[in-house]
Amino acid sequence: MEGRITSLRMEHITKRFPGVLASDDISISVGEGEVLALVGENGAGKTTLMNILMGLYQPDEGRILINDEEVRFRGPEDAFKAGLGMVHQQYMLVQNMTVTENIALGYKNAWKPYRLDIDTVRKHVGEISEKYSLLVNPDAYIWQLSVGEQQRVELVKTLCLGAKFLILDEPTSALTPQETDELIALLLKMTDELSIIFISHKLNEVKALSSKVTILRHGKVVFSGNTDEHSSEDIAAKMTGHSIILPKNTGTAESNKGKTALSINGITVMSDRKTVALDHLSLDIREGEIVGLAGVSGNGQRELAEAINGLRHVESGSIRFFDEEIANLTSRQIIDKGMGYIPEERNIEGIVPPFSIKENLVLKDVTKEPFSSHAIVNGKAIDENASKLIKDFDIRCPGINTAAGTLSGGNIQKVILAREIERGPKFLIAVYPTRGLDMGAVEFIHQQLLETRAKGVGILLISEELDEIMDLSDRIAVIYKGSIQKVLDHDEATRERLGILMAGIKE
Amino acid sequence: MTRQFRILFRLSIILIAAVAAVLFASVILWMIGADVSATFYTICIEPLSNKLHMTEVLIRAIPLCIIALGISVAYRSGIINIGGEGQMAIGILSFTGVALAFPDVPRSILLPLALLASVIGGGLWGFIPGILKAKLNVSELLSTVMLNYIAAQFYSLCLRTIYLDPAEKVYGTGTPQSMRLTENVWLGRISGRLHYGLIIAIVLAVLIFFLMWKTTMGFKMRAAGSQDRASRYAGINVPFYITVAIMISGAFAGLAGGVEIAGVHRRAIEGVTNNYGFSGVVVALFGGLHPFGIVPASFFFGLLIYGSTLAPSKVGVPANIVQVMQGIIIIVIVTAQMVLSNTYFQDRIWRKYSALKAGKGGKK
Repeated sequence: MEGRITSLRMEHITKRFPGVLASDDISISVGEGEVLALVGENGAGKTTLMNILMGLYQPDEGRILINDEEVRFRGPEDAFKAGLGMVHQQYMLVQNMTVTENIALGYKNAWKPYRLDIDTVRKHVGEISEKYSLLVNPDAYIWQLSVGEQQRVELVKTLCLGAKFLILDEPTSALTPQETDELIALLLKMTDELSIIFISHKLNEVKALSSKVTILRHGKVVFSGNTDEHSSEDIAAKMTGHSIILPKNTGTAESNKGKTALSINGITVMSDRKTVALDHLSLDIREGEIVGLAGVSGNGQRELAEAINGLRHVESGSIRFFDEEIANLTSRQIIDKGMGYIPEERNIEGIVPPFSIKENLVLKDVTKEPFSSHAIVNGKAIDENASKLIKDFDIRCPGINTAAGTLSGGNIQKVILAREIERGPKFLIAVYPTRGLDMGAVEFIHQQLLETRAKGVGILLISEELDEIMDLSDRIAVIYKGSIQKVLDHDEATRERLGILMAGIKE
Repeated sequence: MTRQFRILFRLSIILIAAVAAVLFASVILWMIGADVSATFYTICIEPLSNKLHMTEVLIRAIPLCIIALGISVAYRSGIINIGGEGQMAIGILSFTGVALAFPDVPRSILLPLALLASVIGGGLWGFIPGILKAKLNVSELLSTVMLNYIAAQFYSLCLRTIYLDPAEKVYGTGTPQSMRLTENVWLGRISGRLHYGLIIAIVLAVLIFFLMWKTTMGFKMRAAGSQDRASRYAGINVPFYITVAIMISGAFAGLAGGVEIAGVHRRAIEGVTNNYGFSGVVVALFGGLHPFGIVPASFFFGLLIYGSTLAPSKVGVPANIVQVMQGIIIIVIVTAQMVLSNTYFQDRIWRKYSALKAGKGGKK
């Protein structure tokens, strides 16, 4: 693994999947110390292209050159050997192993005959995480970590394995603004030693980090050029083919707020690790307002959402929902009281992946009229419901019988949103509703949330995207280490102020 | 990928699997010096050759089918039941117990009552691993297998004590068994030994299809089995449905036992369970965990099991070797199914195939 990668080129890459041309004659090139931003909407072919580069797929046509020599990667092993390292959007971590063990999996130097030299790995993890200030607990199990923390583990893993060329698939989608800024600063510093390809839809990051940008749309390169010669708006328009303006919450603060919908009073909840996840947390949300909950992931957001929905035991304190105590009721009872919930992990918590779209759309209500009567499901009503929602929510799919798990992230989220909103909830909890989605889908989901608010439904919006929170919220609560730091009115909140509160500094 | 290629691909895999199974089995038969083709004929073709043989195949298919239906319910609900053997034994004990206790009750009451007892017995035996998993997260693989041993020993104990045939005490033939049960619990016979359990099995297959795909309960059980977390988040009481599913599974195995006694043996003897509980798992998987696949799958395995009983006398191949062959067939079938469901592999072959085609086209 000696030597640097001074240039990497992919030339005329074409890749066909059944019925789709995923890559259509794509050429990109990255020089030493350069950062290439690969931007495009979901389904534009960015990830496919990178999977080809990493040897996960073989291109049908075209070639890859490193330092002007043609290479053929038959699998990711070959790509690792050549010094390429990729951090995938979906983390490739073994849940029931520790951080160190996960890294040891690919760490061939530690594989001694008949034993694994885990201490070397742990030491190296420590060094790398210190060098790049990527804080991870080497002995924590992956399942104990939040998504943001897992992302850091992925970065440390890739660096530990000696990557000289980094491919990052939407690396900031789970980070706080500060972390994002830090990561960008760090990546910029790292360009002294390595080159980076960076997939993103966040144009401010593209502007801040990349030297070159390549825009893909429908598997084709539609634009390639130097980043600093083009404005964010310019790039956005090229990416989507039309300009997108995300909707904002313009409702005046008092206009449609009703009575208190959800009142959380001093609840204490344990995490999976049996540590205190929520520490006497209190928060009130009224009808018709969106309260944004800002915070670094892993500060109790998941536990809060689960506790409210009856999925996690509340040790003490009360949760009142329209003046009814709901703490420690079953999730069924809470759903029946009108709670809507868009969970954090849409693929395993929001939908049943092998179930069809139509089945997922009635997941919560299959026992109710008209979807069933006397315990017999009514296929026709379920079909009609699905056909209607697919149209109303613009769910793009081959048909209502398609397995929901085969849809793209944006469409899966639309299925969940359609189900939750169609139920006519009295309250909605949305956890990271737009994580990893493209601009078009984000726009749609934001619109839906605002429309739901306009109907007088209170919404608790848990997010790490400050832009999202600031665009949508009437009030913003900041969570840190399981309690609410402060609740700000929309007008009082600035990115800087929120950032400071999220970092745990009291004002 | 063309449709034509997909069909071709599936057919070739099935063909290769069949050839591989025959090949492996032939090597083993050849090694013990048996007549290879005659053995195959005896096991796979001969049972289909006349009516008597056919009825014997069906007799074996009936318990397999009923057990496999139950196992498919559990499997689809996310709990794997390999305790069919024990549940069947408990079902037989319950059935026999009722029959011995009320020999004089008329048939129209006693037969349903005894069958119901077998259902309840098997269901309770399934309830134990279910509740252990639901409440304490005990692996059902462990608990069902262990309960098999308990049930087997309990079965032996009952046959030697409270159920023991009084005539046995006098003459002492050495086979522990219950007395011949009253005619009031006999299932009628269609032809030869083939009994009306066949109808029961087919009705149950339709019933299971209806339960799993047409009722809200089936919907919830399938959801719980496909992604328990999303189901929990959607308000489905996953532990409850897991427990219900394995109870249904146990009840079916118990009923299979009851039907077997009522239709075939008409007394409880040792060895009646005949590994049906384990074969049922294979039948369920081979049938794609779907009732309409399980019915033909149970017929096929009934064929193999019956064929193996013919082999020793007809071609002098020991029955044990036939079990080895069954094992080979099962492994090959399961492997072939894995290959068939591996879309990546299919994609790879498709690329080679299309490259080959393109190459040929180019030369022309």
